[in-house]
Amino acid sequence: MTDSPKNYQLICGLEVHAELKTKSKMFCGCKNDPFHAPKPNLYTCPTCLGMPGGLPVPNKKAIEWTIKLGLALNCKINLFSKFDRKHYFYPDLPKGYQISQYDIPFCYDGYMDTSEGRVGITRIHLEEDTGKLLHKTIKNEKVSLVDFNRGGVPLVEVVTEPDIKTAAQAAEYGRKLRKIIRYLDIGNCDMQKGGMRLEANISLNETSDLPEYKVEVKNINSFKYMEQAINYEMKRQAVLLNDDKIPTQETRGWDANKQVTFSQRTKESAEDYRYFPDPDIPPLQFTKEQIESWKKDLPSLPEQVISDWKEEFNIEERYSQLLIDNVQAKALLGSIFAAAQKENVKPNDIAKEIINKNIKFNKDSKSQEVIADYQQLHQTDDLDSSVLTKTIGQILTANQDAVTKYQAGKTQVIGFLLGQVAQKLPQKLDMSLVRSELLKALEN
Amino acid sequence: MLLDKSISQLAKLLRSKKVSSVDLVTEAYDRIADLNPQLNSFISLRDKEEVIKEAKKADEGIDQATSLLHGIPYSLKDAYVNKETQTTCGSQVLDGFNSPYEATVQKKLKDSGAILIGKNNLDAWGHGGSTENTDYKVGKNPWDITRIPGGSSGGSAAAISSRMISFSIGEDTGGSIRNPSSMCNTSGLKVSYGRVSRYGTISYASSLDSVGPMAKSVEDLALVLKNIIGKDKLDATSSNNNDTDYLTDLNKKVSKTIGLPKEFFDEGLDPKVKEIILKAVKKYEDAGHKVVEVSIPLIKYGVSIYYLTGLSETSSNMARYDGVRYGHSRQLLSDETKRRIMLGSYALSAGYADELYKKAQQARTKLIEEFTKAFKECDVLLAPVTPSIPAKIGELINDPLKSFLEDLYTGPINVAGLTSLSIPAGFTQDKLPVGMQLIGKRFHEAELLQLGHAYQQLTNWHLEKPSIIQ
Repeated sequence: MTDSPKNYQLICGLEVHAELKTKSKMFCGCKNDPFHAPKPNLYTCPTCLGMPGGLPVPNKKAIEWTIKLGLALNCKINLFSKFDRKHYFYPDLPKGYQISQYDIPFCYDGYMDTSEGRVGITRIHLEEDTGKLLHKTIKNEKVSLVDFNRGGVPLVEVVTEPDIKTAAQAAEYGRKLRKIIRYLDIGNCDMQKGGMRLEANISLNETSDLPEYKVEVKNINSFKYMEQAINYEMKRQAVLLNDDKIPTQETRGWDANKQVTFSQRTKESAEDYRYFPDPDIPPLQFTKEQIESWKKDLPSLPEQVISDWKEEFNIEERYSQLLIDNVQAKALLGSIFAAAQKENVKPNDIAKEIINKNIKFNKDSKSQEVIADYQQLHQTDDLDSSVLTKTIGQILTANQDAVTKYQAGKTQVIGFLLGQVAQKLPQKLDMSLVRSELLKALEN
Repeated sequence: MLLDKSISQLAKLLRSKKVSSVDLVTEAYDRIADLNPQLNSFISLRDKEEVIKEAKKADEGIDQATSLLHGIPYSLKDAYVNKETQTTCGSQVLDGFNSPYEATVQKKLKDSGAILIGKNNLDAWGHGGSTENTDYKVGKNPWDITRIPGGSSGGSAAAISSRMISFSIGEDTGGSIRNPSSMCNTSGLKVSYGRVSRYGTISYASSLDSVGPMAKSVEDLALVLKNIIGKDKLDATSSNNNDTDYLTDLNKKVSKTIGLPKEFFDEGLDPKVKEIILKAVKKYEDAGHKVVEVSIPLIKYGVSIYYLTGLSETSSNMARYDGVRYGHSRQLLSDETKRRIMLGSYALSAGYADELYKKAQQARTKLIEEFTKAFKECDVLLAPVTPSIPAKIGELINDPLKSFLEDLYTGPINVAGLTSLSIPAGFTQDKLPVGMQLIGKRFHEAELLQLGHAYQQLTNWHLEKPSIIQ
């Protein structure tokens, strides 16, 4: 493949599906726990099996969570909404239609900011997941088996505008979205198991206008693969365009082993899903007050928390990025940091030790215990300051070349010098004290 | 003949131990054995010994019984799932399907102590108004076995009419309870949309389907209705709006304004039917009710709205019978069902949905508004149930369009979600039954039952039985 002589711009939008972790499924009372079910088809009932006479009753929690996700992504909310039937035939879809949302999704017109610019969110809607097909050979016979433990699990779909300009931006968007979903504590987004699934609509153009074709790469199960797939597609499509060929409008898959995309299905024309409002489910009407109260319930989002923690506790961003997992952890950490500050322990040091797994931390941790653990870890032997000063002096004398380097601006030698001091002094040291003393000596 | 008695009479006899539930059940099986081979009212029957055992238990518990249905034999249209027999919905596609769960209406009746005998014949999937479009034996009318019993709940109506059973649960999407009630001289109530849970009802058209009682009299209907109503957490469209004990005020003397929608009496109506209906109107007038003419101009589109909505929904509801499950190929679907699936799929297809399905929904809203307006001028509407007398077997199944028009007066009521009571109004010279319908506002079942009961206090049409059992 040769590089393109012409300058093409990536035009990319993403469709991300994520399962919600409600207790029960979307339209029935069955347990929503497909990845831990001890055997197939255990969490099923007449409704999620699509048996004659089974009826769907929507899960209020799943609706509330979808709207909260929309609010977190700056979306507008449709006060009047409904569920629709999307018809297609597939053995993992027992009713012959999927209950989804067509023209009135719960959320629309939002956005997410990334380091490479704003990505518009077209819509967020709620639907039911399908069953899972297993293709196996049993007694020398090839068979297809269906497991409906996943059938009817609530699934949100977040669709973006074609605003994404680089593969890295797509991955950043995906990671941020996952972080928000986990942070809101509404989904686990386990990519390996299919709890979060990515689709990218990829095309190239010389301008930022939408071209006449698009290639859909489906069923990508990691952000890294998505980045690779987009980069691969950019090259592949550029070659075609340079030959004055328009890439075929099609669905492609990503082969992670060969590092290529491959054609799965060409779409001659739009599929006709014969959408219509599901007559088994009355339309939904929300009030402004209801939406406002959900909005108030929303915890401050990861980015806000990072800047709050920075300001309040002086936590470095690289630590907070790693610590903000979900909203419960955020609340607990906040109280630990506050308590630490009171006891004159630097919250940032605690954050660091939690990340390095030097202190035990889980959702049941008590702030006093965490601080006590930290203090125990950093209990240092009393150090005679004259011994320290003397030792430092000896080390500096013995390592004049390092001192010269430091004075020339190569501050990284400080690590080496610290190590030398520590070797000379066998007791448990308060390294921050040693460091500041060493710096003092070097500056003099 | 015990099963000729009303449910409340039977309940009294059971409590005084003059009659046992075993007697009732035995009589039901005897009459079914005698008449079903001619009428084909049942598709499936429960094992008699098993049912007798259940009846014995009911007799033992009669002193503690709280419901008047305790120990009373009944049947279900074969469109409801139950655990006692197979459920076919009249189609070979489901033949041999034993449901692992039961419909809410079936559960409620069991809880009341009533005893299920079997499942009644119907037009497969509710697709039809004659019980000819069944994959089992063609249903016959007890008043003339060369004629249809109506449909799609034809098996239920014929079984009640011929006293095989005390009452039955029918299902009405566009007239399927009222039409056979009218043709078999029985009483049937199409409840308001949402009044009775649809959970476990094999859906024909979800926004039109209603689950209702069929019986010999309005009093029996009220009694059965009381036992099956209510909000169900398994049916999001069920309602507890105005739930009431329909028996308490049944005998209350009322004076109502009855509206005659002129569009229901135009040239499409068989003069023989018209004459009988107008006599019934006179009876109400004589009893002190006020009669006014009203107009619902959009009714001329009623049957189109009904079919566009119903067939669109049925094309979707039928998608699950794809041959992957239940053991039988979808090739076994009948021509009528295939026709309805094709029409419905077409109406929902991209490029056509705007002109067909969506337009029908807009018109539906308008039609509801017209009904609401009409109800400002009157309390209830009175109208014929079908435009003509029961057809000869073979007449409708060979003329699909004519068959569709049988729903002219009934389909629009489902479109509007209203309630409607079908009761016997008289006979033609050939002794063929003709029924009328009283149409009420949504959730106004009590009002209809009062008026219908009042009529049955003044007339004896509902007491007449077909000669086949005399």
